[in-house]
Amino acid sequence: MLVARVIVDVMLKPEILDPQGRAVQGALGRLGLSGVTDVRQGKQFVIDIDGELDDARRAKLEQLASELLSNPVIEDYRMSVVSDDEAGA
Amino acid sequence: MSARIGIVTFPGSLDDADAARAVSVAGGTPVALWHGDDDLKKVDAVVLPGGFSYGDYLRCGAIARFAPVMAQVIEAADGGMPVLGICNGFQILCETHLLPGALTRNDHLHFICRDQKLRIENTSSDWTRDFAPGQEIVIPLKNGEGGYVADETTLDRLEGEGRVIARYLDVNPNGSYRDIAGICNERGNVVGLMPHPEHAVEDLTGPSTDGVFFFASALTSLLAGADR
Repeated sequence: MLVARVIVDVMLKPEILDPQGRAVQGALGRLGLSGVTDVRQGKQFVIDIDGELDDARRAKLEQLASELLSNPVIEDYRMSVVSDDEAGA
Repeated sequence: MSARIGIVTFPGSLDDADAARAVSVAGGTPVALWHGDDDLKKVDAVVLPGGFSYGDYLRCGAIARFAPVMAQVIEAADGGMPVLGICNGFQILCETHLLPGALTRNDHLHFICRDQKLRIENTSSDWTRDFAPGQEIVIPLKNGEGGYVADETTLDRLEGEGRVIARYLDVNPNGSYRDIAGICNERGNVVGLMPHPEHAVEDLTGPSTDGVFFFASALTSLLAGADR
């Protein structure tokens, strides 16, 4: 069975305030980690797909990464294929 | 017959019943719409109520945007039908890109629930025309992700075109850019508002009855439209 694993990372755009990241930054400092200058919190989607990851499905993934998994008004996404038996790479 | 205003219930909607009651108090006929419906049951206007559609999973409003009924709402909104999104409904309207910008987590990270003072800054939209220019009102606000954000160009355009319909007064409760509590589209038929007018339509339960003006405005707009 051909299986592809696609990772989509979604992060708030740099200019958008990230209050969660800021809270985590504060906690890291309180728990003894010095020198933390910034923390940004994002999301990671791990998508396993049966069968061949052909161009049409890649294009569909790109579309859904920008329309559903991320909101382009406030977020950027990065998509990568980490395993694809078909590619054999 | 009074105007029919549809209220969409998504899985996780909370304020659909109050929105329906507000429509009645204003003199309209509330019509229940279901997220899985493919038609709008011949309504004249639509309210997307507050709550936590689809549990706020992914992003607030992100999944509701793709509900079957939303395709109809988007088409109707493009055709000029009055559409009001309150709180989660505002988030859904931003996710559909019927309104610009987005709602993000409150800058102080806390869920907030308070009676909020607002200034009405646009009295030409379909949902605000019954207000007096600059009218100050108090209606409940309750949100965890109510911070309105957009890029500077978009904010400047909204301000320049008079599309900020309401602004927070006294305190900015959630970090919204430029104290923005609500906006409308270019045509003025689609309005998004973070505070909750549907909870302020009766003395018994609300901090005021200021909220009824939003729903009455839609009825006024529909009457004006019928005369055109």
